[in-house]
Amino acid sequence: MASAREEILQRIRDAKVPPARPVVRGYDRTGPGGVELFAERVADYRAIVHTVTSVPDALKALAGKRIVAPQGVPHEWLIDGVTWLREPLSIEELDRADGVLTGCAVAIADTGTIVLDGGEAQGRRALTLLPDYHLCVVRVDQIAASVPEALQRLEPTRPLTFISGPSATSDIELNRVEGVHGPRTLEVLIV
Amino acid sequence: MARNPVTWLGSPTFPKAAKEALQDTQLRQNLRKATGTIRGRREAAVAEMTDWEQLRVAGEQIKDDVLARLDTLLVQLEESVTARGGVVHWARDAEEANRIVLDLCRAEQADEVVKVKSMATAEIGLNEALEAGGVHAIETDLAELIVQLGDDRPSHILVPAIHRNRSEIREIFQRRMGVEVSDEPADLAEAARVYLREKFLTTRVAISGANFAVADTGSIVVLESEGNGRMCLTLPETLITVMGIEKLVPTWQDLEVFLQLLPRSSTAERMNPYTSVWTGVTPGDGPQRFHLVLIDNGRTATLTDSVGRQALRCIRCSACLNVCPVYERTGGKSYGSVYPGPIGAILTPQLVGDLHDPQAASLPFASSLCGACFEVCPVRIDIPSVLTHLRAEVVEAKGRTAESVAMAAAAWMFREASRYEKAQKAGSLARFLARDGKITSLPWPGSKWTSSRDVPAPPAESFRAWWRKNRG
Ligand code: SF4
Repeated sequence: MASAREEILQRIRDAKVPPARPVVRGYDRTGPGGVELFAERVADYRAIVHTVTSVPDALKALAGKRIVAPQGVPHEWLIDGVTWLREPLSIEELDRADGVLTGCAVAIADTGTIVLDGGEAQGRRALTLLPDYHLCVVRVDQIAASVPEALQRLEPTRPLTFISGPSATSDIELNRVEGVHGPRTLEVLIV
Repeated sequence: MARNPVTWLGSPTFPKAAKEALQDTQLRQNLRKATGTIRGRREAAVAEMTDWEQLRVAGEQIKDDVLARLDTLLVQLEESVTARGGVVHWARDAEEANRIVLDLCRAEQADEVVKVKSMATAEIGLNEALEAGGVHAIETDLAELIVQLGDDRPSHILVPAIHRNRSEIREIFQRRMGVEVSDEPADLAEAARVYLREKFLTTRVAISGANFAVADTGSIVVLESEGNGRMCLTLPETLITVMGIEKLVPTWQDLEVFLQLLPRSSTAERMNPYTSVWTGVTPGDGPQRFHLVLIDNGRTATLTDSVGRQALRCIRCSACLNVCPVYERTGGKSYGSVYPGPIGAILTPQLVGDLHDPQAASLPFASSLCGACFEVCPVRIDIPSVLTHLRAEVVEAKGRTAESVAMAAAAWMFREASRYEKAQKAGSLARFLARDGKITSLPWPGSKWTSSRDVPAPPAESFRAWWRKNRG
């Protein structure tokens, strides 16, 4: 008996689907972009957005809190007065943290999205999932105008997380309600 | 061969089920409110895009290309996933897929698994199969949880509990979670958060679906809102992803089209809160064992139909459900399948693949052919044409039996708003739908339609205009 794999592949060949027309990419691959648009679109998701000149100054608001800081967070972000939690961290420790501070890989102006790829200052995915508060620092040069531009800048085989606003659901009468399983508060610092 | 669980065992034909549903005024109210809200918001989200039509065309063409090169692309996907430490399994049908997943759970000695909403696993009846094998599957998506705790069935692709309003949800939560909770959506969401938190932190095996799989990189993509998906995709040691063989895109670049089309079409957002992408196994981050189960379950048979195969372009956004006048009135459960609404009316019977199955064969008649579904479909599936094509096939296969006459008459009635409204007002619609086979007593010439095997001409513009004015 043929394996399921062979049988399925054979059935596909037997269907003799004719070759398709070439794909016409007539859509816009760029967009207006810009910091203002990004900030506005992030805010539309009811996330908190600030544009700042100094990250350490902005972080003073975290005083007294227990905040996860992934590998690669710049030294000057680790200001005094905050309890910084560093890896290795257990699931329980992450669950008990007050929040997490990260950078990002790319951001998207058109959709108000930040993308994490597990690289510098982002850490593994659980770090930005379990704490209830996520503070993400976005550099202006990381903001891509459009979804196509952002995908082009990303390395697809890294574990990627696209974040557009805080955790939400539309499952009750199709109204968006913030805050289910992911961080209920998302704050974005644009530098 | 075992029956395809894509339709629920014992479901009545569409006209019969619709008759019952039409008598449920609470259901109609819930649906009207929910679909009305989402219709307006989707339109605004789409209107913002100046290149929406070009994106739709590209979406259609990419998916057509996938169907034309499906064998090559699947082999490519298998290679890229395997190269990154994943294991790929193939399943001809639901039974085979369920067995593979159950065996994987057993190998992990898991008696409980967490699940993120997936149409593919609902289609194959995975939860029931796991349960029978001693593995309890916990649904973690809010709407799926409402359905599961309510011992209910899903009625919508995206929001399976769309037929429930907040006070019904409150009642289910209080009864099953044993907690006091108000009917505020935020409180209900909080109750779900607390209820599932520990499960996420302790369960070792997760099962997911996939929105897209990228053939050339092996990357799998899941879009979600709540973060339950991220929990399932990140915390457990083992991840099992079940997906239909058509869920592919050829290249990473192709995602730029679908990541724009899907969120706006489904939840009417510029972007859904969370999209996760992973490729095989990443050391030190997330599940260290990854299994991908590719299921056929009627898809290759669908592929042989040159008109019907376009249903395989579907990206499960649910926009066609939300604009469908028949869906809004009859609700999703009348379709007797996890795929309700316009897409269900064309996909389900093809996956079942048996024109003599009365329930599946009744589904292509569950439409007014108003054309709204085609207008909103992000991958331009010409649902009305597929419906008329499948109707002709059903009539061809069955001949003019009492049953096919009844269904044809139902379809005829759904076509004209005035007929529909009149019938509904007079209360005769429900009566009419009850009378499979007693068409001659009815005051309209249903026989006209059925006396020929010709398929009805597509949409009367009047219905569309009327629908816009009254419900749009
Ligand atoms: S048929 Fe089109 S509109 Fe309907 S769910 Fe599928 S992709 Fe969406």
